[in-house]
Amino acid sequence: MDGLPGRTVDTSIDAIGCDARPVLRERGQREVFCGLTGIVWLHRKIQDAFFLVVGSRTCAHLIQSAAGVMIFAEPRFATAIIDERDLAGLADANDELDRVVSRLISRRPDIKLLFLVGSCPSEVIKLDLSRAALRLSRQMAPAVRVLSYSGSGIETTFTQGEDACLASLVPEMPVVADGAADLLVVGALADVVEDQFRRLFGELGLDRVAFFPPRKAGDLPAVGPGTRMLLAQPFLAETARLLEERGAVRVAAPFPLGEEGTTAWLRAACAEFGVSSARFEAVTAAPRERARTAIARSRPVLDGKSIFLFPDSQLEIPLGRFVSRELGMRLTEIGTPYLHRGHLAEELSWLPESVALSEGQDVERQLDRCRDMRPDLTVCGLGLANPLEAEGLATKWSIELLFSPIQGYDQAGDLAELFARPLVRRAKLRV
Amino acid sequence: MQLTLWTYEGPPHIGAMRVATAMEGLHYVLHAPQGDTYADLLFTMIERRQKRPPVTYTTFQARDLGADTADLFKQSVRDAAERFKPQALLVGASCTAELIQDDPGGLARSMGLDLPVVAVELPAYQKKENWGAAETLYRLVREFARRPEHVPARTSCNILGPTALGFRHRDDLREITGLLTGMGISVNVVAPLGASPADLARLGEAHFNVMLYPEIAGPTAAFLDKQLGQKSTRTVPIGMGATCDFIAEVAELAGIDAGPHLDSAHAHAPWYARSVDSNYLTGKRVYIFGDATHVIAAARIAQDELGFTVVGMGSYSREQARDVREAAKRYGVEALITDDYLDVEDQVAALQPELVLGSQMERHIAKRLGVPCAMISAPMHVQDFPARYAPQMGFEGANVIFDSWVHPLMMGLEEHLLQMFREDSEFSEAPSHLGHAAAPVRAAEPVAELVAAPEGAVLDVAVLEAVPGGPPVWTAEAEKELGKIPFFVRGKARRNTEKYASECGIARISIETLYEAKAKVGR
Ligand code: SF4
Repeated sequence: MDGLPGRTVDTSIDAIGCDARPVLRERGQREVFCGLTGIVWLHRKIQDAFFLVVGSRTCAHLIQSAAGVMIFAEPRFATAIIDERDLAGLADANDELDRVVSRLISRRPDIKLLFLVGSCPSEVIKLDLSRAALRLSRQMAPAVRVLSYSGSGIETTFTQGEDACLASLVPEMPVVADGAADLLVVGALADVVEDQFRRLFGELGLDRVAFFPPRKAGDLPAVGPGTRMLLAQPFLAETARLLEERGAVRVAAPFPLGEEGTTAWLRAACAEFGVSSARFEAVTAAPRERARTAIARSRPVLDGKSIFLFPDSQLEIPLGRFVSRELGMRLTEIGTPYLHRGHLAEELSWLPESVALSEGQDVERQLDRCRDMRPDLTVCGLGLANPLEAEGLATKWSIELLFSPIQGYDQAGDLAELFARPLVRRAKLRV
Repeated sequence: MQLTLWTYEGPPHIGAMRVATAMEGLHYVLHAPQGDTYADLLFTMIERRQKRPPVTYTTFQARDLGADTADLFKQSVRDAAERFKPQALLVGASCTAELIQDDPGGLARSMGLDLPVVAVELPAYQKKENWGAAETLYRLVREFARRPEHVPARTSCNILGPTALGFRHRDDLREITGLLTGMGISVNVVAPLGASPADLARLGEAHFNVMLYPEIAGPTAAFLDKQLGQKSTRTVPIGMGATCDFIAEVAELAGIDAGPHLDSAHAHAPWYARSVDSNYLTGKRVYIFGDATHVIAAARIAQDELGFTVVGMGSYSREQARDVREAAKRYGVEALITDDYLDVEDQVAALQPELVLGSQMERHIAKRLGVPCAMISAPMHVQDFPARYAPQMGFEGANVIFDSWVHPLMMGLEEHLLQMFREDSEFSEAPSHLGHAAAPVRAAEPVAELVAAPEGAVLDVAVLEAVPGGPPVWTAEAEKELGKIPFFVRGKARRNTEKYASECGIARISIETLYEAKAKVGR
């Protein structure tokens, strides 16, 4: 630790449940996307929603660079780029926003839900998007509902954008009518994964299961006292908090990655609803076996290999747990942009003592540590991957772990393969 | 506010990054929030650079806003200077930092660092990427270029303009360096690509400048002319004719005879264009959009060197709008100057060209409309950084352009056979020559779907009846006949026929109407 002002390096011991381990907290340059990036998957997930970022050319450029411009269908997102004239006076900016929104809606009459997404510039100039959303909602009711949230980089990191988006939907969710206990699965999942889970829950006798976010804006699930929420993603702090305020009770569980994680996740829900263990075993035995077999294919490549995870999506801890327990990899450092001790308690208790945890980032120092350790595999963002490869380190782009279906039994083998592929490829290449 | 689906150019600090990343010994400290670090991936993923761009971002957060952001900036400057030990620092703000007005230049200068600090102010709410690159190069050159003690006797020039993330800049540079060396002219400094601040100090030792990309090098060339009396080339050597003009211009600036160099000028492209198999290229209708330099060059090649017809052209380079408008006059079209992708899409759909020459955005538009497309300009996709040598400039550039524009088109004889024997079941809708543009069969008529039949009339001809005063309806036989027309002109045929029918008050389009329209409306 050096005493440079402006950098805080905190290696104090942190109590994590009954688990106590040091967490390196860093504040230096972060090398992560901002919350706007969540739009890349959310606009495909909620099929009749449109995301209008109110921001700068940088924001527009970020999303198109993260999405890759070769999206074949017309995307359901756009940017209202703030210009000089808007900066001159705020009243003007609101009129401008109305004009942009009406042009958009006339182009896309299929839109039922419009998100105004705040950015750093809109926050800094204090453009009140929640008021704008109310005003526009009134104007366009009942055809279009308008909500707002912030995906700005000064407030949100990467997946926190999904958290902010879902949090803005919580007040819209209807109240549970009859007070019966429902299971609410929270967090965007690939459609295929969602369908698999729905089938599994059905076989387990849980029929009143809803997924949030829904595929259609009009299908928002109900919530109320008695709702049991099962988080499918580890980055939903604010959404969970708001759902708890509406009476939902969180079912503590690890996340559904790998055979073990998926089993524990399903089992936690079943315990809550009194599903017998015999039934649980009967339903899950076959898919568990399938998952184990699929994972085993990648294990020989990864067993005993060391891995270093740069902070990116907050999935790092569950992923680290999966590769260490089910693939036999040796964890060096796991970085996460933000460590939610409550939601990750079960995950943390599954991590080996030896792993170093870091929260926040100082990318240069982290790169120094990574180079020192020379892990067999480094999980990192797109800005770092090729430079590290060029230095001789094998890398896996973290964004692929977010853009691929990885949860559940039938994706566990694919997830393992995502880690194995860079090593398999290196072994093959003779150039 | 401007509604934007895709943007052609990034914000101006991306231009500054393209300059900084191209250079050696320079480090850029950018006051910006964390999300702006996405810019690194443009260089490491799209261009596949092996090193991170030399950029430190302050990544300030909401909790830093207020007095703290200035300290954070200074700390980042100190850390970067210590860690990277550059010859010079470039400092600036991104769009968000511009709003909080921390004055990066003033802050960095107040720190008493023992290295030069160049501040670039890039108004993010007015200007864009290319402007930012031009301004940054100009500021750096202004800071470092010195009047030389003596100019070496041997004729030399500087090459100005190539940056990181430029469309074929790396290969253009190699081609033009070779061409100049062949003329006995040595290259003094290339900037910014590969130059250090110390190299910029030597710019004045050259006799003249070669300006490859006016969007980026324009202000710098003007400055060097004014300050050091260095003249600069104006011709951008893209295409056979322009390359020859360029040689003549260079020879004049160097005070040598262009004759022998023009006599030995050689590329395969001119002969390929004259060879009989290229007859089918005659009058192909092309639409051109991109940055000003490449669009102006492409139009000249299209008309003079390939015998195409330019049906529309335009550019997102507002700073060079006048040049594009001027050039467009030569082809009898009015230039579209816009950075709104939707305007370009509308124009392509309306003009129905047979080939689109453009950027990644136009490739996207062309794909949707089922029109072949070739790349001539940024913005680019990773596939537009080919592993092979593929310049756009010079003689090899002329060859590369011939190949890359002609390959997406169908070969002449193949096209004839397709026309003659439409019903051969083995003729697929999207022939192999279209390669990556191979669209699914239904998508073969997107132009028709978008322009002519928004209500799905194509599919339900048999059940539709003509509505008096409504749009004309196709009879089943006419629809079948239309199907025999190759897909790449079918949309146009459909549209022309419908237009003709409407104008003549024909409610039901028969085979007769189709051929009447063909005769009267023509291509
Ligand atoms: S970090 Fe802020 S300014 Fe940058 S892209 Fe994200 S929201 Fe826009």
